[in-house]
Amino acid sequence: MTLVTGNNVTFKQLTDDVARPMEDPPLGWWLAFGLALPLLGLLGVALAYLLWEGVGIWGVNNPVGWGWAIVNFVFWVGIGHAGTLISAILFLFRQNWRTAVNRSAEAMTIFAVICAGMFPGIHTGRPWLDYWMFPLPNQMQMWPNFRSPLLWDVFAVSTYFTVSLLFWYVGLVPDLATMRDRSKSKIGQFAYGLFSLGWRGSTRHWQHYEKAYLLLAGLATPLVLSVHTIVSFDFAVSNLPGWHTTIFPPYFVAGAIFSGFGMVLTLLIPLRKWYKLEHIITIKHLENMAKVILLTGSLVGYAYAMEFFIAWYSGNAYESFAFVNRAFGDYWWAYWTMVSCNVISPQLVWFKKIRRSPLALFILSIFVNIGMWFERFVITVTSLHHDFMPSSWGYYTATFWDVAFLLGSFGLFFTLFLLFCRFMPMIALAEVKSVLPIASPHYGEEDGHHE
Amino acid sequence: MSKPNQTFGILAEYATPREIFHACEAVRDAGYVRWDSHTPFPVHNLDKAMGLRPSPLPWIVFAAGMTGASCGFLLQWWVSTIAYPIIVHGKPYFSYQAFVPVTFELGILFSAFGAVLGMLGLNRLPQWYHSLFNAPKFARVTDDRFFISIEVSDPNYDPEKTRALLESTGALSVEEVED
Repeated sequence: MTLVTGNNVTFKQLTDDVARPMEDPPLGWWLAFGLALPLLGLLGVALAYLLWEGVGIWGVNNPVGWGWAIVNFVFWVGIGHAGTLISAILFLFRQNWRTAVNRSAEAMTIFAVICAGMFPGIHTGRPWLDYWMFPLPNQMQMWPNFRSPLLWDVFAVSTYFTVSLLFWYVGLVPDLATMRDRSKSKIGQFAYGLFSLGWRGSTRHWQHYEKAYLLLAGLATPLVLSVHTIVSFDFAVSNLPGWHTTIFPPYFVAGAIFSGFGMVLTLLIPLRKWYKLEHIITIKHLENMAKVILLTGSLVGYAYAMEFFIAWYSGNAYESFAFVNRAFGDYWWAYWTMVSCNVISPQLVWFKKIRRSPLALFILSIFVNIGMWFERFVITVTSLHHDFMPSSWGYYTATFWDVAFLLGSFGLFFTLFLLFCRFMPMIALAEVKSVLPIASPHYGEEDGHHE
Repeated sequence: MSKPNQTFGILAEYATPREIFHACEAVRDAGYVRWDSHTPFPVHNLDKAMGLRPSPLPWIVFAAGMTGASCGFLLQWWVSTIAYPIIVHGKPYFSYQAFVPVTFELGILFSAFGAVLGMLGLNRLPQWYHSLFNAPKFARVTDDRFFISIEVSDPNYDPEKTRALLESTGALSVEEVED
């Protein structure tokens, strides 16, 4: 498979193609940044009002005590998972096409986990007490409960963030050195020089570096699977019908990868055009990612069906009620939005015309994002609003501030991602170079073997 | 401290991975020890062409991971049975099955730090100053050029012979670098 299209691609050309848009950002970048900043401002206002007034500004109340905050948390954590899948799991499977997209996907992971982590941090309205989540000696002589999945989640998400950041940074070091050696400004030379740690491309260094990268990939792979498994435990370990199901861990992981690939496409389809990187992030790359969306979307559809089957097969009246209520109760509109976006729309990828059209894939990716947000909404809200006692049933509606936090988290995400595209090489240069045919030490030898 | 105008070593520049690969084999076979090659990306098997031993990093990571997992498990045991024994869910204080996720996560966390800090330590990084940065040509090592450096402190180093060896391997240029 040709990973970089075009005739006689040289190493120098690649460096120039990737570094040029950083040195002179295109108009599209400024437009997107201009849209992201006001949303970030909205988040600032929403946060200030939340701290001033308290969580009463949200729609949560009895019986729905978990509202958009946890929906947004699970949504953003899930987005992150595609980045780790691309960077770690595809690396272990020697999928060389990943080199064109892994850097930006890893950045997406980090920024998505930042957005996710914000919600548990603020959802009590008292972020100055967040240290209660950690096993720290304190004046109350109290310690957290290690039997609670919510505490497992604290460890899972913070480990996930830290390991993703390390993995991303290690990958960046050689490319930051490239920027250091290209930079003409004093600030650029200093900043890139500082963060590239004095990298000088030594083979003695590459040897340890490649081993570290392989080990990090091997560590990140079980980690990413564990993180969404533990996120699903937040629900599955409780005894609530609709949450208490053993299918949750694999179903959440598949959904996470599905939503994450949706977000990768949403980000990369416009960027590859603005940054003129269509020869590096080719149609073939988009097609491969669309196929992953088709696979994981089908897995998610299977999980939806299996949940219904088990609800019926278990013979448990509460369980059956929860699922019939989910599809045909007060929140039917959310359920069918979810099914249309997550199960039906990815099936279009079977058509070659669709999976090779950037525009069609971009629209599809938006549907995937919407559908996966609704999936978390459906799981959280429909299971809570009608539980065991009809006397405590209720209907949950989001408020303006709930919407402001969701839009604001997108503002935070896009601002961070656009700053990343502005100041860091969004293609893993050293890795893309290493998979070019001319990178082989046997290239051009008559008796040499070609891989 | 280094004196001004002292020579650090000799630097040869190559245009392709194939050339540097064969050049490294030649330098290795000539018995040099204090030398290195520099490339914009990891050239496949170049470490073998240089005769380097395998990286000990996996052992460091293994030790770090085991430390993390043990610390995680001990922390949970100590918190749940000694520091704050309280019955939750009707389970025993030492309900080790529930301690698996945090043990696992801390094992991964420590391993990842072991991998990154171990790699930096083995590579003596960060090292913001290096004599090779004195060579203007060396800036292309992060772009599209391949280099071999041999230090004057190598017992086999000889200004004439070493230069002749590097020139015979098809180097684009061979120059001395100041310390």
